[in-house]
Formats: sequence, C-alpha cells, structure tokens
Amino acid sequence: MTDIEHNTLDDLDRRIIVATQSGLPLVSEPYTVIADEVGCSATEVMKRVTRMLENGIIRRIGAVPNHYTLGFKGNGMTVWDIPDEKVKQCGEMIGALDFVSHAYERPRHQPEWNYNLFAMVHGKDRSEVEKKVQLIADMLGDDNRGHEILYSSRILKKTGLRLASAK
Amino acid sequence: MSLELDEIDRAILNTYQGGFPICERPYQAAAEQLGITETDLINRLQGMLDKKQLSRFGPMYHAERLGGGLSLCAMRIAEEDYDRVNDQVNAFPEVAHNYARDHAFNMWFVLATESPDRIPTVLQEIEQASGYRVYNMPKKQEFFIGLKFEV
Repeated sequence: MTDIEHNTLDDLDRRIIVATQSGLPLVSEPYTVIADEVGCSATEVMKRVTRMLENGIIRRIGAVPNHYTLGFKGNGMTVWDIPDEKVKQCGEMIGALDFVSHAYERPRHQPEWNYNLFAMVHGKDRSEVEKKVQLIADMLGDDNRGHEILYSSRILKKTGLRLASAK
Repeated sequence: MSLELDEIDRAILNTYQGGFPICERPYQAAAEQLGITETDLINRLQGMLDKKQLSRFGPMYHAERLGGGLSLCAMRIAEEDYDRVNDQVNAFPEVAHNYARDHAFNMWFVLATESPDRIPTVLQEIEQASGYRVYNMPKKQEFFIGLKFEV
C-alpha cells in the first residue's frame, strides 16, 4: 500500500521514531537528547526528522490537544451512508469542518453495516454534537442516505500504538 | 470551556498544533514567537501534559506509513457474552484501543500489527476465540485533517 515510504526508513530512522513516539523531550535541546539516545549527532536527527516530515511519515510536530479535558465532553463517532461515487467529495467537505477531527472512508459490510464514511464530531455535550451532526446532514442533502452517532460508553483498553520496532 | 487554560496556554495550543520548529533549541524559537521565555514554554507544556489537557507533544507519526498493519474492527456481541469477549479481545497485544459503544455494533477496537499481513490472521484468531464475527473496517481513504482545533 505505502511500501515506497516505509522502505525508505532505515534502522536509525526507526530508532528515532521509537525515541520520540511518546513525545519530544521537554528540555532546551531535545534533539541532542534524542541524538544521545539513538547514537548519532543532533544535526543528523534534525535532518531525518525534517525528511520524515517532508515525506509524510510525520504528519506534524506540535501539541495534540485532549478534546475531552478541554471541555469537549461530547465526542461522537458519526457514520454515514454516502453513494460511493460521492464519498470523496463529501468526505473532504466534512473533513474540513472545524468540529471534525478525523474523516475516513471505510468498507461497508452489507447488509448489517451500510455506512462508508466515518467522522469524529466533537462538541461540549451530546446535544451540541447532535446539532453539528444535523448541520452535516443539511450540507449533504440527498447524498446522505442514512447516518448514526455512536457514542463511546466505556474505554475497554487503551495502550499506545506499537508504531515501530527497532530491530 | 477550556477551564484552566489561560491566554498564553491558548496561544500555545492554537499556534503549535503543528509547525513546531526543528532546530537546536526549538522551544527557544517557539517561545520567541509567542513572546514568552523558553523555560515558561517548557513548563506550560509540561503542565498541560500533566493535567492531560494535551494527549502528547511532539511528532505525530502517520502509522500506516511506518510499515505496520492498522485497522478499525467492530463486533456485535450479545450482552451476556460481552465481558467474556472483552477479556478475550483485550488479551491480544495487537489490540491497541478498545471502546464500548452504544449500538448493536457494541465493541470497536484498533488493531495494530507489525506487518499488514498479520491483520487477517489476528482477526481470525479473535473470531475463533470469541465465536463472534469481526467486521474489518480498514481505512480506504483519509480526508484532509486540518490543524484547527481552537481552544
């Protein structure tokens, strides 16, 4: 699928990824700390981080806000049944909304599961989420053949993604 | 909203959800932009992490591009089997997050494997262990995700 990108990662890249998966060290010279950990110079680390940012292996560098503790207590996974030929257009429209944090096309499993577009909608509470979902439904018009909001009722497990192994 | 954030915290969050500088002293460079000191920026970031206002700070990796397998999976489990299946699913180290959701599809988990070809194998193992079907819903397309969460 994306073999081109990950084949360009060498062992040192992987060590840098492992060293920064949980975050950038909060010290004056973070790249020096990483460099010491992975065994190269700070300049080399910065060069590789820059390259990974340019080729999309790193999406971005910065703060990842926690919606929940910042007052967005309503977080709904919304799912939509959109005609396949319209899913890109609709997905891009939804993904650009400021209260949507992720939007993906996923496969249907008919007849039990007819939805092909997923979007995480954030609001202060459930009623705000519902208003925003209505806004999306209005924007989609006839392209929306059905939708639902799935709220999470419990976190059953949460561990970090095993992003890379430095072997 | 954003209860304990003061104006400077907000400026940090709104300015640096991406685009954090890559240089020898990035906190110094970013602090200058914000009109605060390097120490103040580091302390505030640490504070927001401690209070869990930030999930993390640093590079955000594009998981699929690291060569591993990643998929969202869902199950429809009868109430009386839920706890048993939950234990069985969570026992797989490949299950990274797992959420109960209010729906007939009442269990949703992310599977992260070291290689993409492990996904179908693990799915099958979960089905065999639990006796329930696993609906595999890997990402087919991702739509633009802006840097926009304003606090």
